[in-house]
Amino acid sequence: MTTAFIGKSVRRTEDPRLITGKGTYVDDVKLLGMLHMALVRSPHAHARIKKINVSRASKAPGVVAIFTGADLQGQLGSLPVGWVLKQADTHTKYDMKAPPHPPLAFEKVRYVGDAVAAVVANDPYLAADAAALVDVDYELLGVVTDGEKATKRDAPQLHTEAPDNTCFEWDVHGGDYEGAAKKAQVVVKQKFINQRLIPNAMETRGVVADYNTGTNQITIWTSTQIPHLVRLLFAAVTGHPEQSVRVIAPEVGGAFGSKLYLYAEEIITGMIAKNLARPVKWVEGRQENYLATTHGRDHITYGEICGDKDGTITGLKVTTYANLGAYLSTFAPGIPTVLFGLMLSGVYKYPNVSCKVYGTFTNTTPVDAYRGAGRPEATYLVERMVDAFARELARDPVAVRRKNFLPPFKNGRAVATGVLYDSGNYRAPVDKALEMFDYKAFRKEQREARGSGKLLGVGFSTYIEICGMAPSAVAASLGAGAGLWESSTVRVHPTGKVTVFTGTSPHGQGHETTLAQVAGEHLGIPMESIEVMHGDTDRQQFGTGTFGSRSITVGGTALVMSLKKVKDKMRKIAAHQMGVPAKNVIFEDGKFYVEDIREKSMDFGTVVGEAYNAKNLPPGMEPGLEATSFFDPKNFTWPFGCHIAIVEIDEDTGQTRLKRYVAVDDIGNVINPMIVDGMVHGGIAQGVGQALQEGAVYGENGQLVTGSMLDYAVPTAEDVPSYETARTVTPSPVNPLGVKGAGEAGTIAASPAVMNAAIDALAHLGIRHLDMPLRSETVWRAINGAKAAKKAARSATATAARSGRKARR
Amino acid sequence: MPIQTQITVTVNGTRHTNPVEPRLLLAHYLREVLNLTGTHIGCDTSSCGACTVLLNGKAVKSCTVLAVQADGGNVTTVEGLAKDGKYHAVQQGFWDKHGLQCGFCTPGMMITAVQILERNPNPTEAEIRRGLRGNLCRCTGYHNIVEAVKAAAAASRAGGRKR
Ligand code: FES
Ligand code: FES
Repeated sequence: MTTAFIGKSVRRTEDPRLITGKGTYVDDVKLLGMLHMALVRSPHAHARIKKINVSRASKAPGVVAIFTGADLQGQLGSLPVGWVLKQADTHTKYDMKAPPHPPLAFEKVRYVGDAVAAVVANDPYLAADAAALVDVDYELLGVVTDGEKATKRDAPQLHTEAPDNTCFEWDVHGGDYEGAAKKAQVVVKQKFINQRLIPNAMETRGVVADYNTGTNQITIWTSTQIPHLVRLLFAAVTGHPEQSVRVIAPEVGGAFGSKLYLYAEEIITGMIAKNLARPVKWVEGRQENYLATTHGRDHITYGEICGDKDGTITGLKVTTYANLGAYLSTFAPGIPTVLFGLMLSGVYKYPNVSCKVYGTFTNTTPVDAYRGAGRPEATYLVERMVDAFARELARDPVAVRRKNFLPPFKNGRAVATGVLYDSGNYRAPVDKALEMFDYKAFRKEQREARGSGKLLGVGFSTYIEICGMAPSAVAASLGAGAGLWESSTVRVHPTGKVTVFTGTSPHGQGHETTLAQVAGEHLGIPMESIEVMHGDTDRQQFGTGTFGSRSITVGGTALVMSLKKVKDKMRKIAAHQMGVPAKNVIFEDGKFYVEDIREKSMDFGTVVGEAYNAKNLPPGMEPGLEATSFFDPKNFTWPFGCHIAIVEIDEDTGQTRLKRYVAVDDIGNVINPMIVDGMVHGGIAQGVGQALQEGAVYGENGQLVTGSMLDYAVPTAEDVPSYETARTVTPSPVNPLGVKGAGEAGTIAASPAVMNAAIDALAHLGIRHLDMPLRSETVWRAINGAKAAKKAARSATATAARSGRKARR
Repeated sequence: MPIQTQITVTVNGTRHTNPVEPRLLLAHYLREVLNLTGTHIGCDTSSCGACTVLLNGKAVKSCTVLAVQADGGNVTTVEGLAKDGKYHAVQQGFWDKHGLQCGFCTPGMMITAVQILERNPNPTEAEIRRGLRGNLCRCTGYHNIVEAVKAAAAASRAGGRKR
């Protein structure tokens, strides 16, 4: 099939404004009479608020108002949770505990960064000055930051509602793991730490709120992935009528899951604007962002894999402590359960899976989705354990993977965790990756390099992810508190120009380009005639937003539905005017033709004109040309792939560098390969960052030690190489575009690939396991420890041999 | 009233004279006083480079320069890169090679790239990566940023030969 736009690397229509400095991000919004807000945040991880004294601060220059949690207690409500695990669902032991989460704390603070007061001034510098003058008297309480230790009897308790700091116990059992382990010839056990990460979208969060006393309208500009849900939740929490709240997501400078929630600051800024009847702006500082914006991952897992000596894997078992932070962020309970536990079958046919997850509260920043969200954690375990299993058997990791792959399927396949994959061919990306990477030659190079102080290693990771969030009924049965369908409107204007309104809300993914490609393809008009609008609740119909690699799978399908409706109407008009039945009219090259009589046609613009002038429409047809659709998918989509990482470790210093990276992804059909490659690149860098250098560290007292960009190592251009990407194509049967979603793949596969590579480089020294991140010190200690152990073993054997000789004498 | 100092700065070819607080950062001067919001602020520790501008021909992190230090100086921001309705080779490279996603790091990235190419019109990939080390991007994984800088270098060299 030849296409005009689909499958083409069209340059992005977003870019001209962004490369000239004309994009409008939240901090670029300026309103007449706008005030600036600074938040007073707790410096303690756990404390009772005894007294807040604002008298010094309120006398400071430029201060307009100060609000404490107590001042606004009745207005702000409690931050909601949008994913509720209930006993009624088969995976959940008891109804999860959802303690109140006041946007401004008024009794207790539970993590460093918990906001206690808001200072509003007529200049941002003066607001910050005055915030420093608010005196808060705290009574310090015990602190726990470790997600597993939090469950111990003597741990400090965060919420009376959640005994043992446990929010939920969730499990999934497929087959009979214990039985399989008993029969297995090999069982490998390993503890894994999937360290806490800080998302680090380059734009921090920010909110501007305006209140119109005449119309009672609150307008909120916020850096978010979900403007419609923010409006809904804002209205639900504050009681301000939903129809009088407008939420605008302007240009959003990256998010990666960290802007996927209703945040305290959205409520606080909005309600203070309402109280003062003035526009108010709050822009998060970076160090503030590290405390106040959600973190990701933070799992402690005990893993087990079992199977037979011929390389057949028969089962997998994990017990995970998922640190949720001090309060539940909007989707927090869904991430380490549904998006993690249900993914533990990987691309494999092992029939026995057992997973138990404890979600726990600690005195740390709340944890929620971060790129991949649950799937990187699951893939990390599966792929590292498959490697460990292969190593235990001294078998090749690729061969063991191949032996255990699910066979190819086109339309639905259930796996041990109980979920139904859409379509898959798991050997294909492995084969392709091995065409790009000469495995044999590498093994030779690896052996030869060993004497030179350079340790080379190769790591493989296959993966599967769950995308296209989500079939609403399935999601609801698993805890989702909202429908997860998506919407679109296609408005064809009288001149033939088109506006597409999407309920998705991009933050770097290039939806304006990709959706225009889809619309241009269907309507046969140039992309310049199409504008894609998003991120404004007053302009678009309700939509869910952008996360979980759902925008093209669910939002794109909603768009195709509207395009079809528009075309159908146009076909009817053309048929009517050309005097033939509609079924005899075909649309091609921007024209409506009568089948078999090519000279009889009406072009796109003419038919649009007819729809609006309404002089001669089919009987009963309404004038105008616009369609709206809501699409709820029948299943998720399940992209997969195979990534290969090659690392080089300096034997003397432990410094570990990524030398080469090959990524073969199967995300179904592709609309814009250039954009997809870009997302894969970015994802890989984040996954590599986790493996080699990133990690949020809390001190015992709950202070975030990695509290600024100086201490948290976001990868730079020098830390990563260029990447080699390719694709195989297994179209998804669950949507008409055959797409699967591309936003998270790189992050999911990269961390295990890099870690497997590092272990491959070190295994000959006897090193079997390391946790992320592979800082030089970690690796250096491991190398030296392993060498010392070898030496000790050698001298022990020598001594034994000597004494053996003596004894014989 | 806080103390104010008068400064005169030429930004993208236009002279501006304004009273400013001595503690005002150049980044805030550009964004708040001159309303040139293309220069972004991504951190508070001089780490991210989103705020990079050219000050007297040198790439600086404008969050780490006081506005008063720029008094009498010459500043180029992202808004000043295109000339006579034509993109700078670096802008063109970023567009053609998909060197940006969310676009937040992009203004600072491009200004740094301009400086890299001014100092070395034919940089290797390693030199480009070294030069970009002070600018963080979370979206692109740097791959296409490097490609964009390479493309800009090639285009500038070709343009130079034509002249
Ligand atoms: S804002 Fe200047 S370096 Fe980050
Ligand atoms: S393009 Fe988003 S941070 Fe670089």
